[in-house]
Amino acid sequence: MMEEEEAEESPPLSPSVIEGTEEVTPPLSVSPSTIRVTEAAQDGELLTFIIVSQKLSGTGEYHVDRTYEDFDWLQQHLFSLEDVPGIQGIIFPPLPARAQQNAPVKLVRQLGLLATGETWTPYCRALGAYLQQVAGHSLLSRTQHLETFLTSPEPPGRQKVKKGLFNRLSQAVEGIRKGRPHQGTEDVDDFFRTEREHNLSLTGLSRAAAERFLEVVQTEQKIAVACGHFAASLQLCVEAGDDPGQETFSKMCVKISEIMESMKKNVQKVAENDVTTLGLGLDLECRYQEAEKEMLFRRTCKLVELETASRNAERAKPLKKAAMDGDQKAAEKDFEQVSVVAKQEVARVQRARVAVLRQALVRWCELQILTATSSAEQWNQQLLAFRGPARGPGPSS
Amino acid sequence: MAEQTDYREPEPGRGEEFSPEAEPLNSNGQNSLLEEEEEEEEEGEDLFTEATEEVSLDSPERDVLLSDGPSPVTPPASLISPHLPHNHLYTHCSFDEMEEEDTPDLFDISILVSDPEKVGEGMNAYMAYKVTTQTSMSLFKSPQATVRRRFSDFLGLHGKLATRYLHVGYLVPPAPEKSIVGMTKVKVGKDDSSSNEFVEKRRAALERYLMRTAKHPVLLKDPDLLTFLECSELPRALSTQALSGAGILRMVNKAADAVNKMTIKMTESDTWFEEKQQKFENLDIQLRKLHCSLDSLVCHRKELSVNTALFAKSAAMLGNSEDHTALSRALSQLAEVEEKVEQLHQDQAGADFYLLAELLADYIRLIGSVKGVFDQRVRLWQRLQDSLLLLQKKRDAEAKLHANKPEKLQQARDDIREETEELEGKVQQGERDFEQISKTIRKELFRFEKERVTDFKEVIIKYLESLVQTQQQLIKYWEAFLPEAKAIS
Repeated sequence: MMEEEEAEESPPLSPSVIEGTEEVTPPLSVSPSTIRVTEAAQDGELLTFIIVSQKLSGTGEYHVDRTYEDFDWLQQHLFSLEDVPGIQGIIFPPLPARAQQNAPVKLVRQLGLLATGETWTPYCRALGAYLQQVAGHSLLSRTQHLETFLTSPEPPGRQKVKKGLFNRLSQAVEGIRKGRPHQGTEDVDDFFRTEREHNLSLTGLSRAAAERFLEVVQTEQKIAVACGHFAASLQLCVEAGDDPGQETFSKMCVKISEIMESMKKNVQKVAENDVTTLGLGLDLECRYQEAEKEMLFRRTCKLVELETASRNAERAKPLKKAAMDGDQKAAEKDFEQVSVVAKQEVARVQRARVAVLRQALVRWCELQILTATSSAEQWNQQLLAFRGPARGPGPSS
Repeated sequence: MAEQTDYREPEPGRGEEFSPEAEPLNSNGQNSLLEEEEEEEEEGEDLFTEATEEVSLDSPERDVLLSDGPSPVTPPASLISPHLPHNHLYTHCSFDEMEEEDTPDLFDISILVSDPEKVGEGMNAYMAYKVTTQTSMSLFKSPQATVRRRFSDFLGLHGKLATRYLHVGYLVPPAPEKSIVGMTKVKVGKDDSSSNEFVEKRRAALERYLMRTAKHPVLLKDPDLLTFLECSELPRALSTQALSGAGILRMVNKAADAVNKMTIKMTESDTWFEEKQQKFENLDIQLRKLHCSLDSLVCHRKELSVNTALFAKSAAMLGNSEDHTALSRALSQLAEVEEKVEQLHQDQAGADFYLLAELLADYIRLIGSVKGVFDQRVRLWQRLQDSLLLLQKKRDAEAKLHANKPEKLQQARDDIREETEELEGKVQQGERDFEQISKTIRKELFRFEKERVTDFKEVIIKYLESLVQTQQQLIKYWEAFLPEAKAIS
């Protein structure tokens, strides 16, 4: 289970993973750490998720069904929240990509590691983690939209997202994008300059690591298939033995087939372990880095806005000067706010991602040990039974 | 009689039961049984199926087969094992008896092929292997012998054994396959993992080949085998060169033989043979399918090793860029562990291949030998039928002669009488040969099935051991890593 660190206000809470002890009192009526996406039901093209959460009052649970549209609806609303100062500085909880479920190959391309499990479980877990992150965020969890999403029996987003609610953020960003290029924009703040570089490198590296890990998992799955084929083919060698020579040989074949079957199960378990722990962890890490990148970009846009406003104010003719000065002041204030929030968010995400990766690595390791122990035991039993009694520990091959 | 020898004094009535009507190795190096080697170049397709001598009535080879002239290939009967005491030389043994008597020596022999070493340069280079034999059997001069042999020596040995024993129905284990591509890489000096793998694959195959041959109670006593294992110098086997003139000639003959083979239709009086033949056909098909599946598994396993290595690298890079100290350290540790895991996957792929895949491949090739002896039996039957036919014709001619001109053509009658008697002898010999080969094949198949069980059992045990070992290693690695992961805070 992926525990998500709860958001905290200043002063920041201890860096270790916290369960359900938040200092904020959002209007949210459920306990954020209990939010789970328990299953996904597929009906033709439609994929419906069941979301369960515990009431804070302790009097029961909410069960709601949602589709990806609803998640999208929520995310869009978060982007366009009013009355959140410095909202552009928020590193928004990253929503996993939409799953278009027709071709499995396409699915892997879209979802990467989230699509490699045999079931929807990894995807559900990632969606659940998203909701927990939103619910745990001090600024974002206050929105009524989240409450509706989690508790309303009626799905909130079934109506098309109105154009009017179009992402304010992206609108602003688009406008500026068409202006000057920002890659080379020098940052006034050392912290952010370093952070941008760091984020840039981590974005690439984490994506590479996730892709390599995905390939490992896919190869494990191929091995499972090959073992299965082999086991099945071997069964065909087994004939009704008329003579003892044939019978004993058939027994050998059955034995090898059994070994192959158990190898297949082992490798399948290994792949499952991989996906549900480190796989999810790496996937989230990638999305965190991307989300931070987007935030840093927005802040840079704000910086550009500020620089433009400053320039305008400088050049302004006396008639317009007051207005321009006013604009500049506003831009300054805006930028300040964004930077303050951004700094907090960077720290928050840093703690969150470290916690996530720790959890993932520890759990992955534990599961590996469990699986290897049980497989070793099983094969050892088979070996002893097959070898027969009293053979000294032979040289290992 | 304490010692087994392969020397047999001809007994009355047993004629050349032992001494095979060996295909002569004429100056062209033509020897149809050696064609088996050529087949092995064709990637295991139809091994030995077409290694027929021509049986059509008009073939010149046939005459050679039917003749009982001495063959240029020295039959073992005339060879005297130099290290056996003289008084054992005149023991009357048939192969039958040799097998039925308990060898006073328990079968105790171990043969290792090791230390491949490249000799020479360029296209004339070759690989020499060390062959070490350890045994307590008195058949051998000493309990340990070490010699150096090259691949063509092995092929030469196999050629001799095949010539001598295959066509009386013994399952001579097939020699490992030639590979022009593989060997060229080695000659040219490519020192990469694929040519190392090739050499290792060949070394292992040579070892299995020798052990399998030595396990055969009859073949073990063959002087050429003993020489191979013990003598430091060995004359170079010439007819095994891949693209030699002899080789090409053999291929041409093969094509002709293929046509002839199809015309033999045997009336089987013994259903045992029919059933067995069918079973082996089935087994052949199944083993080939299995081998394919296994190839796929080995391939993916190697792929996993490569992908694990790549992941290890990206984890290392991530660790290097990571600010958070403990996380950074953990990621670097992770990279190290994954590199070790990569090696484990590599080892497992090795086990998959050398234990399972090569076992299947060996048996596919062995079934080739089985098919060969079945074919040989059919050929002997055909030969017998031909002799019977000729005999009948001669007798008819004799009768006619007798009827028509009783007094005048005394000479002609004498001649015909002589020829008839000769043919009668041939028929008797043919019947004996056929009976003998049928008997031998039965015994050989019985032994084959026993050995098959032993071989498979041994492989299963080794394979399970490899699986257990891999898991235990994994546990060690992950248990070492766990505290590192927990230390992230």
